[in-house]
Amino acid sequence: MLNIIKARKVSYDYLKIDDEGNVESSSRAVDGVDLDVKAGDFVAVLGHNGSGKSTLAKHINAILLPTEGTLYVDGKDTKDDSKLWEIRQSAGMVFQNPDNQIIGSVVDEDVGFGPENMGVPQQEIWERVERSLKSVGMWEYRTASPNKLSGGQKQRVAIAGVVAMCPKCIVLDEPTAMLDPNGRKEVIRTVRELNRTEHVTVILITHYMEEVIDADRVIVMDQGRVVMQGTPREVFSHVEELKRYRLDVPQATLVAYELQKAGISLPDGILTNEELVQALAEYRDRQ
Amino acid sequence: MLRDITLGQYYPANSVIHKLDPRVKLAGTLVFIVSLFAFSSAEAYIAATVFLGAVIYASRVPLGFMLKGLKSIFILMMFTVVFNLFLINGTPVVRIWVFTITKEGIETAVFMAIRLIYLVVGSSVMTLTTTPNNLTDGLEKALRPLAKIKVPVHEIAMMMSIALRFIPILMEETDKIMKAQTARGADFESGGIIKKAKNMIPLLVPLFISAFRRANDLAMAMEARGYHGGEGRTKMKPLIYQNRDKAAYLCLLLYLVAMFFINRIGFFAGLWY
Repeated sequence: MLNIIKARKVSYDYLKIDDEGNVESSSRAVDGVDLDVKAGDFVAVLGHNGSGKSTLAKHINAILLPTEGTLYVDGKDTKDDSKLWEIRQSAGMVFQNPDNQIIGSVVDEDVGFGPENMGVPQQEIWERVERSLKSVGMWEYRTASPNKLSGGQKQRVAIAGVVAMCPKCIVLDEPTAMLDPNGRKEVIRTVRELNRTEHVTVILITHYMEEVIDADRVIVMDQGRVVMQGTPREVFSHVEELKRYRLDVPQATLVAYELQKAGISLPDGILTNEELVQALAEYRDRQ
Repeated sequence: MLRDITLGQYYPANSVIHKLDPRVKLAGTLVFIVSLFAFSSAEAYIAATVFLGAVIYASRVPLGFMLKGLKSIFILMMFTVVFNLFLINGTPVVRIWVFTITKEGIETAVFMAIRLIYLVVGSSVMTLTTTPNNLTDGLEKALRPLAKIKVPVHEIAMMMSIALRFIPILMEETDKIMKAQTARGADFESGGIIKKAKNMIPLLVPLFISAFRRANDLAMAMEARGYHGGEGRTKMKPLIYQNRDKAAYLCLLLYLVAMFFINRIGFFAGLWY
């Protein structure tokens, strides 16, 4: 199957420029990243603050262009200026702050903003708005003002706004960082649902471990590099290594890990409480 | 709660006037204002009163709301009335110390007061029955021809609607910063005007920084969603004239014609006496 995102040795430098326009210093935020994402996948990118995960995300939408290397979205080079709008349409992006990405003053107007920019005919805009608002469960709020919604609801509207552009891939840059636990659950459930039913490729950038358990693949970044990747089970079985990258593992995994260290033989890669309970029950039966 | 403030002074109701195309209302307000200046006989003003009254009645906005706007021009109105009352020469009516009130003075004063009141009430009808966004859309479409002489009409309209969207958010933020700074010992209440202005610095600096950050984020979000100016954009809710809008234009035309003739009659009647 075609790789929707293909990154080859992508690097990005943030430049510090003084008043005369000379480059004072540069810091490498992304350092030689190779990445392949298959269409329809749910990929989670994990990393501590400053690990370069958000910078990488902005490359997928061509907001940033790589200093070195190339990145292809749906077969198109992001450096190709003439394909810019196509790329932005095939890779939608949801940002962290729900307030700062809603443009319309009514929910349905905001969802229609993307299609309006693309020049979609009026009738079709309405169809798309209805479909995408329904897919995130916000259809009843279509005439509300975004200011009156909760954080999780706003973020769902923002997701609907991206879905209305019919993207092949959605990049979510820490969409839950500013939400309360309920809002976080709402948003993650919505994203998973979209991935499952509409087969949209999802790239979820986060530092909450619980959100990546269901991902098809987890990528761990540190200091601009991809340091680990694999299924959640594979990645989370390396507790020591994750700790070195200042990442927490899910609680159940941590408990299992500590128990293993204490000499109780449990299988590797336990992710959820249920799995831990089952593993412990099996262990008891073996005794 | 700050987030519940209504912007402008929109009064939600389900009336014919509310449903009219914003362009009609803009044109209507303009025509009404021009008519007040162009036709200034007493008869014409009676006709204008009837017209305004009919529109207010049709808008289903309580009269109290209409008159609220007058508060802000009260001082201006007093000035105009007083100056006209005392400074116009003509047949004296009352004499108080060095001031003389003339018949012409009284006439002009009353006349100016009515004109001012009608101006404010007339434009209130528009702002009370049109949401700010609708008004922005109307302005954008009505001023579209100016784009030919390189006036960035779409951009201005976009800025206006974004500003409208962010006012409640920034208000809330102001509130938050104020509380945070008060907790750190800032004082926004005491002192004279200069001290108060100085006290605003710890409020304004963080507010500005945050506003710039938001602007930056929003610009990125807009670009990410494919915004590239007004070119090649379609409208989700385009403004299209309905039959009622055409009828409203007809009413406006009738009003203008009527005003013209009533004013003439008033003029001729004036000649008789």
